[in-house]
Amino acid sequence: MKEKILTNVRIIDPSQKMDKIGNIIIDKKGKIKSIGKKSDTSNSAEKIDLKGMIAIPGLVDMKAFVGEPGFEYKENFRTLSQAALAGGVTSIVTMPNTKPIIDNVSMVDFIIRRGRDKAKVNLFPCASITRQKEGNQMTEFGLLKARGIIGFSDVNKTIQNTELMSRVMNYASDIDVLIMQHAEDYELAKNSCINQGEVATRLGLQGVSDIAEKIIIERDLSLLSEFPCRYHINQISSKNSLNVIKKNKSNGIKFSTGVSINNLSLNQNDIGEFRTFLKLSPPLRSEEDRISLIEGIKNDLIDVIVSDHIPEDEESKRLPFAQAATGSIGIETLLSLSLELYHNESLPLEKIIKCLTINPAKILKINKGTLKEGSDADICIFDLEKPWVVKAEELKSKSKNTAIENRKLQGKVKMTFLNGEIAYSN
Amino acid sequence: MATTKKVSAIKNTPKHLLGIQNLTVLEAKDILNEAKSFIKLNRGSSKKLDVLRGKTQINLFFEPSTRTQSSFDLAGKRLGADVMTMNMSNSALKKGETLIDTAMTLNAMHPDIIVIRHQDSGAPNLLSQKVNCTVINAGDGRREHPTQALLDALTIINRKGNIEGLKIAICGDILHSRVARSNIYLMNMLGAEVNVIAPKTLMPKGIDNLGVKSFTDMKKGLDGCDIVMMLRLQNERMQGSFLPSKREYYEFFGLTPEKLKFAKKNALLMHPGPMNRGVEIDTKLADDINVSLVKEQVELGVAVRMACLKLYCK
Repeated sequence: MKEKILTNVRIIDPSQKMDKIGNIIIDKKGKIKSIGKKSDTSNSAEKIDLKGMIAIPGLVDMKAFVGEPGFEYKENFRTLSQAALAGGVTSIVTMPNTKPIIDNVSMVDFIIRRGRDKAKVNLFPCASITRQKEGNQMTEFGLLKARGIIGFSDVNKTIQNTELMSRVMNYASDIDVLIMQHAEDYELAKNSCINQGEVATRLGLQGVSDIAEKIIIERDLSLLSEFPCRYHINQISSKNSLNVIKKNKSNGIKFSTGVSINNLSLNQNDIGEFRTFLKLSPPLRSEEDRISLIEGIKNDLIDVIVSDHIPEDEESKRLPFAQAATGSIGIETLLSLSLELYHNESLPLEKIIKCLTINPAKILKINKGTLKEGSDADICIFDLEKPWVVKAEELKSKSKNTAIENRKLQGKVKMTFLNGEIAYSN
Repeated sequence: MATTKKVSAIKNTPKHLLGIQNLTVLEAKDILNEAKSFIKLNRGSSKKLDVLRGKTQINLFFEPSTRTQSSFDLAGKRLGADVMTMNMSNSALKKGETLIDTAMTLNAMHPDIIVIRHQDSGAPNLLSQKVNCTVINAGDGRREHPTQALLDALTIINRKGNIEGLKIAICGDILHSRVARSNIYLMNMLGAEVNVIAPKTLMPKGIDNLGVKSFTDMKKGLDGCDIVMMLRLQNERMQGSFLPSKREYYEFFGLTPEKLKFAKKNALLMHPGPMNRGVEIDTKLADDINVSLVKEQVELGVAVRMACLKLYCK
């Protein structure tokens, strides 16, 4: 591989508090050789002029679903990585709710081998916290971690049993594994498919109160003060939860929090007349909640923005709302939709990029999300101003269930480098 | 050439009656006026018209129903349509066929109207996107039951002359009731003031934003009301611990002659049926022809449904 030099590019790298125009030199091994300097050392290097573009570390998406194994008709490693690279995402944390579920060592070997063969991005697989995500018995955290599992999550399931949760935390604290919780009380959320309130009442759908989320967060954070482990709340969706997080953070409890880009950009009114692509978990809530989540990012109460990429085939969505599958795709539009928050002056650019790069990398303890010299040259190049319209059929995911069909966005990925190679360009 | 095409495209787009929410005041009044003309017809000896001759009406009932189903059945027949009623509660759907597939199958038989009752809110909306005939909602989940609200309105108009300025109380399980929702929209639209009365556990969140006042006390809620609409308390709600017991519910929310006195002197009683006597309503009161409009509601239901079929099937 030839050395590459990216010139005249605006580099934004929150991991080194950098925002300046300069050059990036990628060495022959695909690592960052130098960054931000004007000087051009090598003459033989391949020159790429990126004037007017922005370079940021390749995005780290902490929550995406890949259909393999078991749901190849929804998404596979190849289509997921194509979608990811087109969206500037170079590292993906994959969820274990495959078929079979990733809850044992042999599954991990399979998924890592398969991912290595078929995917063109860095994959960091999660295993489930409990066997079969049934919430009864914990999986082999130690063995699974040794085989390459990055963290543990029951995805859309929550550990309801308080005793078990305390043991999970207690056990996890000793071997330094990351526990990612989906916060939802089952009884309060039973049969629900939308936020509780006027919209649910009008549509005649069973709503869930944000207390279902808050109560689990409160419980877990109480347990956490007793059993400090690496604990991450996958996605929060409400102002009420945020208040609990604020209180606990100021009491010195250490944990991290994520939010889905959907909850930052949409609210329950967008569901309109039963748009099943906007049936999400946690559900879209009120505009007040949405705004408070943005404030949460501003105040460092929320650390990570995720795509919560859930590919679903048309058949699973073309049903009455209550029966339809939950989730939407989003990995390809993650950056562009996040940039909307910059363009509408909700958040500073640096903050958004931080939540998409170095913050998740730190939580995961991986050497990604940075452009520091010596790190892997995973770089996302984008045009901050470029306008475009989201069209489902143009997205690369195998499933087309985007929640933002026809949305006019500003800012689009131009090029994605993976280990110094151009993995995507348009 | 292009213009002709456009016109025909508009003509071919069927109208649907999916909910009161989608109606304008004018449309609602049109239906009610049309229905008035059918009342007399239905009381006469020759009840048959040929307005819908040659048209095919399919009643697609995914939930069991007696009065709504038979009412639509009769309404279609009296207008001369060929009516087929399909009871879907134990049919292909149990074999795994989706609503859309069923709809496509029926659509291939070229019906002109599909009347649908479904346990899921929004099912008629979904259906209407997939078929090219008129869809009439005969009740979906807890969302809407437009023809019930229309027949309630017609019943009130028939007795009171007008809805504007009346005060109407809707009592009971508001949370799970599509009848309540449709009535709230329609009565508001026609200029009535609406109170809803329910125990807190059966009151949906955000109901005040629908333009009603909510009460948990019958005495306050019924004060000054001209019409008292009682809703059926679904027995299965008891298991979900919405309420302590039927006995307690009857004590505080069951309509008795004593509680009716909180309302205006000549207040009238309505119930969409079927009634749980002794749970939400005193049995004698239910049969008191001076107070209860229950039978009239059923009677006028046919007229309203005839009007809907006639106006929507073109």
